[in-house]
Amino acid sequence: MSALVLMVLGLGAFTAGYLLYSRFISEHIFRLDSEFRTPAHVQEDGVDFVPTNRWVLWGHHFTSVAGAAPIVGPAIAVIWGWLPAFLWVTLGTVFFAGIHDAGALWASVRNEGKSIGALTESVVGQRARSLFMIIIFLLLLMVNAVFAIIIARLFVQHPTSVIPAWFVIAVAVTIGYLLYRRGVALLWPSIIGVTLLYASMFVGNEVPLSLPESVFGLGPAGIWVVILFTYAAVASLLPVWLLLQPRDYINGLQLFIGLGIFFLAVLIARPDVVAPMINSSVPEDVPSLIPLLFVTIACGACSGFHGLVSSGTTSKQVDNEKDVRFVGFLGTVGEGSLALAAIIACTAGFATLGDWEGYYTSFGAGGLDAFVQGGGVILASIPGISESFGQTLLAVMAILFAATTMDTGVRLQRYIVQEAGTIYDIPALTGKGLSTILAVGCCLALAFGSGGGGEGGLIIWPLFGTTNQLLAALTLLVLSVFILKQGRPTVYTLAPFSFLLFMTVWALLTQLRGFYENEQYFLLGLDAVILVTAIWVGLESLSALRKAASESSESSA
Amino acid sequence: MDWRERITRAGELLHEFYRGRHRGALARERRQEDDLFMLLVFSEMMGIENPSSYYTLELLPLLYEGFHEWHIRMGMDHSPLEHFRCC
Repeated sequence: MSALVLMVLGLGAFTAGYLLYSRFISEHIFRLDSEFRTPAHVQEDGVDFVPTNRWVLWGHHFTSVAGAAPIVGPAIAVIWGWLPAFLWVTLGTVFFAGIHDAGALWASVRNEGKSIGALTESVVGQRARSLFMIIIFLLLLMVNAVFAIIIARLFVQHPTSVIPAWFVIAVAVTIGYLLYRRGVALLWPSIIGVTLLYASMFVGNEVPLSLPESVFGLGPAGIWVVILFTYAAVASLLPVWLLLQPRDYINGLQLFIGLGIFFLAVLIARPDVVAPMINSSVPEDVPSLIPLLFVTIACGACSGFHGLVSSGTTSKQVDNEKDVRFVGFLGTVGEGSLALAAIIACTAGFATLGDWEGYYTSFGAGGLDAFVQGGGVILASIPGISESFGQTLLAVMAILFAATTMDTGVRLQRYIVQEAGTIYDIPALTGKGLSTILAVGCCLALAFGSGGGGEGGLIIWPLFGTTNQLLAALTLLVLSVFILKQGRPTVYTLAPFSFLLFMTVWALLTQLRGFYENEQYFLLGLDAVILVTAIWVGLESLSALRKAASESSESSA
Repeated sequence: MDWRERITRAGELLHEFYRGRHRGALARERRQEDDLFMLLVFSEMMGIENPSSYYTLELLPLLYEGFHEWHIRMGMDHSPLEHFRCC
């Protein structure tokens, strides 16, 4: 089958979902009202609350939620065949992520721009708020560890990406300096910066850089993990305007350019999908499709992280309540298309089924390597792009996404440690130095403790997915309670909530057994902690829903 | 709208796209610096010796506008200065 069919079907499903389902939800469940005064207007302060053009807001929202995760998840999950991943990404985007992301945005807009964390406390209760903070802490910890391992692997397997991936830091700092200190207009630095970035990819393609085989007993991937965390620690201490802001911006541009180029290449190349529809001969270590598929692909189908972005920053900038549909649902669709691109690259970018099987030798083995390899082949159909350049381009794209997430992740982790220092009155922790060392130390321990050292597969990936889905479930619960209190139908949020919670608990139990059998006790402990949290979410939900139902029946009586 | 206006508008939106995502973080960072500066300027009145107060005295009327918000942010519901009431 041609990958073009997959692309048209996928994009068609997203379009239909946006035009039909999101309209239904916006009109009948959210009842979006253009007369409603949004927090951006009521509390306008020029800092957090600023009415923003819906296209710009969509750009922010989309580039904040899309990163390396919607590529990695589907790239691993196609090991079960292309159909399960394709169905979960398309249906998940329309029926799960759409209502989750836009719902979190709407609930926040209707509650003075409060974040989901704060809403959890006011809608569900104080205990649920603590639960929420625990899940976020675990999520951040895993995000940083997982992404460091991913980047390290890409550096080792695609040494051509090393020069451009580090060069982009120089480009970002220069743009930040020119804009903030020199007041230069943005257009030219952007054009020159992006051109230089692509030029550096040509240089990198000619000059691959590899690390020595072993330094202090660490392999190349392990050394990269240490270098990356050292960088992340330094980067998180730099002023936002100098590195993070311009880096995020370049990444945003990269995302639009990369997606555009990729779908254009699929149109030109029309490659055949060589991977099986459903893989009947999966390698031995691959766990059962159900439930693991639903936690392997979190971002790209449904992800709790999006709710944090929706309710944390986006909701404070919504100009008109009607924009919630455009920004929330289309942001999800953007991320879904990235996941779709990953599925196509990982299933159609290979000449034969044998080549494909060569990449998918064990669970977590294919992943980004397959994406870069297959995607590079597809990109080579565009005149002037060689296969190796295409691979460098995709490897750099994935690295930049993951690295920016790491920059932000380590910074947030540091804030949490500093806050704990303030709460428990430990002055040493309130400063930047020790708190950064502690934050990075935890992540580093997890990266190596999970068999990372860079060398192992991405064993920890599905565990990261479970935490992400747990957060999504909690957000959908808050949303359901909120909708219930307004006396509107809750089935559209409660159904995805129950599905996610059920699959997450099942996946955690499956993995728990796997970790025990493989004697991976560190991961076993982590799994147990997440499992306890998941059960806790279940219990909180029951009590919150029962309470809300009795309140709404009392008020209607 | 002719093409020149369109390019200018696109440039504005691009700039907004650049600034928007970290606007809050940057503004908060600047506010922290401003808060420290406020403390320096008002320190003499609160009994903290400040050798530079002779020079910063003339800044008082300029900073008075933000005084109320500042003392609220610093956790004082009312003005900490007896002869300097504001609410």
